[in-house]
Amino acid sequence: MLEIKNLKVKVEGNEILKGINLKVNKGEVHAIMGPNGSGKSTLAQVIAGKEDYEITGGEVLFEGKDLLELAPEDRAREGVFLAFQYPVEIPGVSNVNLLKNALNSIRKYRGEEEVDAMEFLTMVKKKMGLVEMSQELLNRSVNEGFSGGEKKRNEIFQMAVLEPKLALLDETDSGLDIDALRIVANGVNKLKSEDNAVILVTHYQRLLDYIVPDYVHVLYKGRIIKSGDKTLALELEEKGYDWVKEHVNELAVG
Amino acid sequence: MKNVSELKKWYISNFKTFEASLNGGSKHPFHELRKTAIEEFESLNFPTIKDEEWKYTNVSPVLNYNFKVETPSSKISKDDVKKFLFDDEFTTLVFINGKFSAELSGTNKKTKDAIITNLSDAIKEHPELIEKHLGKYADYKENAFTALSTAFTNDGTFIYVEKGKIIENPVQILYLTDGASESAFAPRNLFVAEDNAQFKVVEIYAGLNSNVYFNNSITEIVAGESAVIEHVKIQDEALDSFHISNTQIVQERNSNVSSYNVNFGGKLVRNNINSRFNGTGGECTLNGLYLTKGEQLVDNHTMIDHAQPHCLSHELYKGILTEKSHGVFNGKIYVRPDAQKTNAFQENKNLLLSNDALINAKPQLEIFADDVKCTHGATVGRLDENALFYLRSRGIGEKEARATLIYAFASDVVHSIKITQVRDRLEEMLADKLL
Repeated sequence: MLEIKNLKVKVEGNEILKGINLKVNKGEVHAIMGPNGSGKSTLAQVIAGKEDYEITGGEVLFEGKDLLELAPEDRAREGVFLAFQYPVEIPGVSNVNLLKNALNSIRKYRGEEEVDAMEFLTMVKKKMGLVEMSQELLNRSVNEGFSGGEKKRNEIFQMAVLEPKLALLDETDSGLDIDALRIVANGVNKLKSEDNAVILVTHYQRLLDYIVPDYVHVLYKGRIIKSGDKTLALELEEKGYDWVKEHVNELAVG
Repeated sequence: MKNVSELKKWYISNFKTFEASLNGGSKHPFHELRKTAIEEFESLNFPTIKDEEWKYTNVSPVLNYNFKVETPSSKISKDDVKKFLFDDEFTTLVFINGKFSAELSGTNKKTKDAIITNLSDAIKEHPELIEKHLGKYADYKENAFTALSTAFTNDGTFIYVEKGKIIENPVQILYLTDGASESAFAPRNLFVAEDNAQFKVVEIYAGLNSNVYFNNSITEIVAGESAVIEHVKIQDEALDSFHISNTQIVQERNSNVSSYNVNFGGKLVRNNINSRFNGTGGECTLNGLYLTKGEQLVDNHTMIDHAQPHCLSHELYKGILTEKSHGVFNGKIYVRPDAQKTNAFQENKNLLLSNDALINAKPQLEIFADDVKCTHGATVGRLDENALFYLRSRGIGEKEARATLIYAFASDVVHSIKITQVRDRLEEMLADKLL
């Protein structure tokens, strides 16, 4: 589904990603872990199409298409979804209108019929339950005045409505209390299927207790330095990121 | 620029032609006001950028034309005007090239609750009411444009609501221009709500073709004790036209007046909207929206005169400026020494969508009382790139995402308008203009 080949990215002249290789097949859950500043969020944002980055090498293929050539909206329409680390507040645009426009834009791109108001509301009602969204939040301006937990829940709610093929969750767990984390994780688990894939970008292992990954990758200084199964996350949690750094140094010396 | 004294002579000589065209109207006592105004005009100068109140608005483009004060005939049909109106059910007055069209307007005249009619008829039929109010609030001794408009007063709208009466059906007034090039018009409105009376009125200014014309309008609004008035003015003139308007509001005790001033069109636009509290406990809302493009200049000057204690004013003006357009906001709140317990809130927010767009924002508070709550502020910003990316990342196209954000910026002003049909139409107009 997603294939990243030797991706190199600069921000303001500094190389943040120094040759990322990653392959994600449908039905898989991948976790990308790493200390702060390792390039995790950059990777997620580059895949979603944020324009502040200079791509200096490599490619990103999504279902065989060159993702880097597509505008952010077309990536979304192809089925890529980014749950933002910092969801943006948009005063004056209601959550429900955003979703309706988004869904219809995506459907139009795919040559499908637009949903009518009734159909949409029925569908939205069903999805609200997944992340325990209230009607009140649905009608409010996008993320405006939401608590941290509400913002993250809203991201997963949007994911539930838009049904992406590939969901990137950028530190969706950070700042969440354990109850909110369970709600969010539960929502993601219910949305998981044989036909879609999830990439979890996280600093901590805790989320992975609730969403169990098939693969764990450790990102450090712009490179994936170690990949493994879910036990890698546990090892990382136990030994800390210093262990990774030593590991890198060993590699360098060795 | 032309020689200004030559231009003044031009307008003064036009006045003679205008008098002759009034069909005996120059014999009516009302004509004294026109004559006084043209005399005042003779002694006044057109404002220049050396005048503090006109610092950012150079009116010389308006002075480059010898506008003829006449009312060219027209073949506009009911279907042509329909798209400018809000609702068939509203009381409707249509003016084409400055002249009232009975054919295109509704049949409402005088009821036991109210008089809603065109001004030239009102001058004949209700001279005492006209005499009492018209020209008493818009000072033609201070400003050449006001003097000029007063001198050339021919037609417009008169609304008079009797004491204690509520006119629920809004009044819509369309000033539509399709006339010969270089015509000037002086639409004149007088809206009076007696004590405890209420009404809602919408003025719409629009042009059907790209001729250069000049609308120089005056609206006087009188709110009696505890009266409630909602006034909407939508300026969507042709893009080569000039529009100068002067709205003067006087508010008696406990009255509540809301003014919504929406601007889309015009090459050079200047709106003065002033409200004065004549009694305690009044409330005034002045909201505005301007969306400009090309090389348009839209200047909104407002002044709220807190002359009495315990009054409340809210003001929210929002501007969206694109291309090389220029906006001016000058909002003055004047709190006089006696006006204790005044609450006054003023905000001006601007969205600059290009590097060449310009806004001059000048919020002014002048406070001479010591027990008041007043705030004001002005902001200038660009479209939030993060919000734009957020919308696009959800599958919404770039153009639509931009329009959504701009619309969202404007939405609180639009939503503050209480007449549903007007609000809905403005939403459509905005969407149309943004996409």
